[in-house]
Amino acid sequence: MNGKIKSLEESFNDRFGNRVVAGTSTAGIPTFEVAVQSWLEVCRTLRDDEEFCYRQLTDLCGVDYLGYGQGEWETTDATDSGFGRGVEGEGPGRFAWANRPEGKDVPQRFGVVAHLLSYRHNRRLRLRCFAPAEGMPIVPSLVDVWSSANWYEREAFDLFGIVFEGHPDLRRILTDYGFTGHPFRKDFPLIGNVAVRYDAQKKRVVYEPVEIEPRVLVPRVIRADSRYKSDAIDRAADARAEQVAAAARTPGKGSGNG
Amino acid sequence: MAEIRNYTMNFGPQHPAAHGVLRLVLEMDGETVVRADPHIGLLHRATEKLAESKPFNQTVGYLDRLDYMSMMCNEHAYVRAIEQLLGIEPPPRAQWIRTMFDEITRFSNHLLWVGSCGLDLGAMTVFLYAFREREMVMDMYEAVSGARMHAAYYRPGGVYRDLPDSVPQYGETRWTKGRDLKRRNEWRQGSLLDFIEAFARDVPQRIDEYETLLTDNRIWKQRTVGIGVVSPEKAIEMGFSGVMLRGSGIEWDLRKKQPYAMYDQVDFDVPVGIAGDCYDRYLVRIEEMRQSARIILQCVDWLRRNPGHVMLKNFKVIPPTREEMKDDMEALIHHFKLFTEGYCVPVGETYAAVEAPKGEFGCYLVSDGANKPFRLHFRAPGFAHLSGMNELTRGHMLADAVAIISTLDLVFGEVDR
Repeated sequence: MNGKIKSLEESFNDRFGNRVVAGTSTAGIPTFEVAVQSWLEVCRTLRDDEEFCYRQLTDLCGVDYLGYGQGEWETTDATDSGFGRGVEGEGPGRFAWANRPEGKDVPQRFGVVAHLLSYRHNRRLRLRCFAPAEGMPIVPSLVDVWSSANWYEREAFDLFGIVFEGHPDLRRILTDYGFTGHPFRKDFPLIGNVAVRYDAQKKRVVYEPVEIEPRVLVPRVIRADSRYKSDAIDRAADARAEQVAAAARTPGKGSGNG
Repeated sequence: MAEIRNYTMNFGPQHPAAHGVLRLVLEMDGETVVRADPHIGLLHRATEKLAESKPFNQTVGYLDRLDYMSMMCNEHAYVRAIEQLLGIEPPPRAQWIRTMFDEITRFSNHLLWVGSCGLDLGAMTVFLYAFREREMVMDMYEAVSGARMHAAYYRPGGVYRDLPDSVPQYGETRWTKGRDLKRRNEWRQGSLLDFIEAFARDVPQRIDEYETLLTDNRIWKQRTVGIGVVSPEKAIEMGFSGVMLRGSGIEWDLRKKQPYAMYDQVDFDVPVGIAGDCYDRYLVRIEEMRQSARIILQCVDWLRRNPGHVMLKNFKVIPPTREEMKDDMEALIHHFKLFTEGYCVPVGETYAAVEAPKGEFGCYLVSDGANKPFRLHFRAPGFAHLSGMNELTRGHMLADAVAIISTLDLVFGEVDR
């Protein structure tokens, strides 16, 4: 598997030079980052070139990298009465529409991630392209390359507000008619913006500001421990459990109920 | 002479053939469809966003509600994505159980499909036949997870619990008693595996029954042959997967091409169509049901012979059992941490796909090392299929649009997410 990815990386370098940057690959899917200027051209080559032959765009989605790698569970001080930690502020999902955080101009905030599949070579590929940091997030549309991009790009536009230049029909797709905002952005409240109900007096459906309180129960915690990483721990734990079970089955040698 | 203009027609969202909540705006020239513009999102629940505010395990239940006709296959894609990032592998018995239940799920999905497609095209009886069998599939779900549909049975690291030794039986009612009751409970005397085996052995005859109703039925063929033809190149370009691809003659099945769970150890065939029309897609699904029965029997055989764990014992990710908590302090601490905070998944991104009954169901997971996903995206097969709707229906009659919607096998839980 590894050899395959290496060779793909090399052929990428040969073909595209510094327009693409290789990322890490998990589960056998190589990842490449493509500059927004060459997004269309790289994709077209990947589709048409016999060496790559990615004839299908399996999936395309937007990602909002605002707040990437930020936890909510930091200890600031410790006294004899307790720890100075606890979840306050405007973490993900903890704010309403009125006090939503300012979406600052974060470099590389909006990414578009595409998953390609080559039926001939039975290979997958992940491509990522960041929208330019200034102004509106604009990325060239891939509809001319793969027609399946049509709805995926509409979805990314609807949910993230990424504008796909050259898209023939860039309308909202999942949200309500007349919806405001882009709900999957990290600065859009989890509780939403408006609530809909039927008003018996007016005899029609009315839109009202949402009334529920934001309520996220589990804080967002980042732990970079080594404990999650090892297969060896699994195997050791399994073996130990097996031993305990065996001991319990053997009469007289069990750990006792003491 | 009067001027004849195309007119626009609204189809759904409250239409029995709209399979839930599809609103289709059709531009009609007489009775011919000129342009179809599906409006979706009426069942959009922002599952992907909700998942971002919850620990990983709490999202499993939401997955059942995406494609609510193939619940366990959705869970499979999600737990596989987490397992890939964590770098853990469930024990073989769990993998075999997953393989078996994926096929049981495929069965249940195709049963519903053949029934509801029959209804759409005016064949009421098939629906009643298919639901007779589907009821037993629901019983299998219930026996193993406690829920008839929304199982939440697959967990990162294995499956929630081992297969039970007994199956709930029917009680006596005013309508079911005596010989009738005995017949209904006949397969349910032994363990769940016995029940599944009896079902899988019997079911090819049941599929024959559906086929006698449909396969050579003149009306059925008039409604499906040559309708909604997709060429192989077009199918790939439009992002189709699963039966929509195989019906057009492309031999592509993730279970064979990129095997997961225990699919590389079971023997089965992949049926493909020739013409790529609605009729071929029907034939492919019928044959897939027969193949599922084959796989299920092989899984039953393996599971009988090989008892063992169905969950890893890695307490950093998988909660310990009640018994272990009672006399092990460490287990208690692990339990507390897992249920208040969950586990953190290493930084990275992955895409895990399974061959769900409707096509390729993929899960794209981005983790920044937290106990919640940073971004979760589901690649739903129905979304891609429906996006080809305009292409497929153009030039067909209005009634054929119904046949096409039906053989796309749409469920709006996954299209809208």
